[in-house]
Amino acid sequence: MRPPSLLCLLVPLLLLALGLSLGWALGDGLKGYSGERLAEVALELVPESGATHPVTSVLLNFRGYDTLLELAVLLTALLGIWSLGPAAPPYPPPGLVLASLVGWVVPLLIITGGYLLWVGAYAPGGAFQAGAMLGAAGVTLTLAGHPTGGLPAEPWQRLLAALGTLVFLLMGLGLMALGSGFLIYPKGIAKWLILIIEATATLSIGVTLIAAFLGGRPMSLRNRSR
Amino acid sequence: MNPEILITQMLYGCIGLALFLLGIGSFILHEGLWRRLIALNVVGSGVFHVLVAVAYRGLEQTPDPIPHALVLTGIVVAVSATALALAFGRHLEDQNDHA
Amino acid sequence: MNLFLFCFDLLLSLTLLALAVAALSSRDPRRGVILFITFGLLLALVWARLRAPDLALTEAAIGAGLTGALMLGAARRAAPRFDSEDSR
Repeated sequence: MRPPSLLCLLVPLLLLALGLSLGWALGDGLKGYSGERLAEVALELVPESGATHPVTSVLLNFRGYDTLLELAVLLTALLGIWSLGPAAPPYPPPGLVLASLVGWVVPLLIITGGYLLWVGAYAPGGAFQAGAMLGAAGVTLTLAGHPTGGLPAEPWQRLLAALGTLVFLLMGLGLMALGSGFLIYPKGIAKWLILIIEATATLSIGVTLIAAFLGGRPMSLRNRSR
Repeated sequence: MNPEILITQMLYGCIGLALFLLGIGSFILHEGLWRRLIALNVVGSGVFHVLVAVAYRGLEQTPDPIPHALVLTGIVVAVSATALALAFGRHLEDQNDHA
Repeated sequence: MNLFLFCFDLLLSLTLLALAVAALSSRDPRRGVILFITFGLLLALVWARLRAPDLALTEAAIGAGLTGALMLGAARRAAPRFDSEDSR
């Protein structure tokens, strides 16, 4: 099944042209501009944003839309995976060593996730890293033979997966109703609003990652439909 | 801007570009869901790498947080897309088995 | 110009490229996936050097770990199919 030779000749040519133009654009973008950059504006406003870590304040305050839509993308991907069919059969039960190792690693991962969530306000960390830790805990449990990767029953899974998007959206709409504009946090309580959004987003990201790893509709729904 | 920082940015930016091109070439030329998914992920990594390189401002200075936020969301979107693609692939194989 | 740092950058970049080429040109899916995981971990290291520790953390956990686990898990479930594909 070799691809035709014309393709093998044309693709490098296309890539070369693409690479040259993109490389020129990269070089030009790096040294061509000398005015004020967006980074300076953002870094100046960080103390007012409710989080002292610049990446967190960009994610949840300055570019809140982006993160909201990103959570919606995650939810959509999960809906797509769930609509394609039931989850794969669980992994075989683990041996003694793996089982006791999992008993140590999973609580540690969950604690690390909570720590990363809290520390995200002023140091590297935040909802995505914490969600990744929860996801890793669930994947570890799944690989050790747990049928649902530690996830609760199916209605709870649906609620948890949608929670991040829902809270984020309701927060934005609520702030709009209070006259402050969509996702424009009042200065005094910004820290707490961001923390609520981050905590729910962490749960949602973790649950979505685990459910995506399981790769299909939750078990209870499958049993009911058959 | 400091030439040393510019050189580092250019070096890593060009590596990111090379990853992007390699991934696209592999995506076009190779067959099979596997190789294409890996190629797609390498393309994504290349794009992220360019963004991280552009955000670099030297070892002493805080890097640009905006590309970092973009990459952070991008990584999570990439993994969900990969999971969706794998689910599609599995579904297709099941359909072919039944047919 | 800090020559030592530049050599380190060069070494990291070339290793990264070599790993990407190896992962992309591998014919065995499992080997390709494992090389891709290695690539993701090295990428996390490079990002830590570029002063992006949060990204490094996310890439190591999600980009390398979770993507790799997803692909390896699917490889295991589809293992008989790939054996027949290899022998074709």
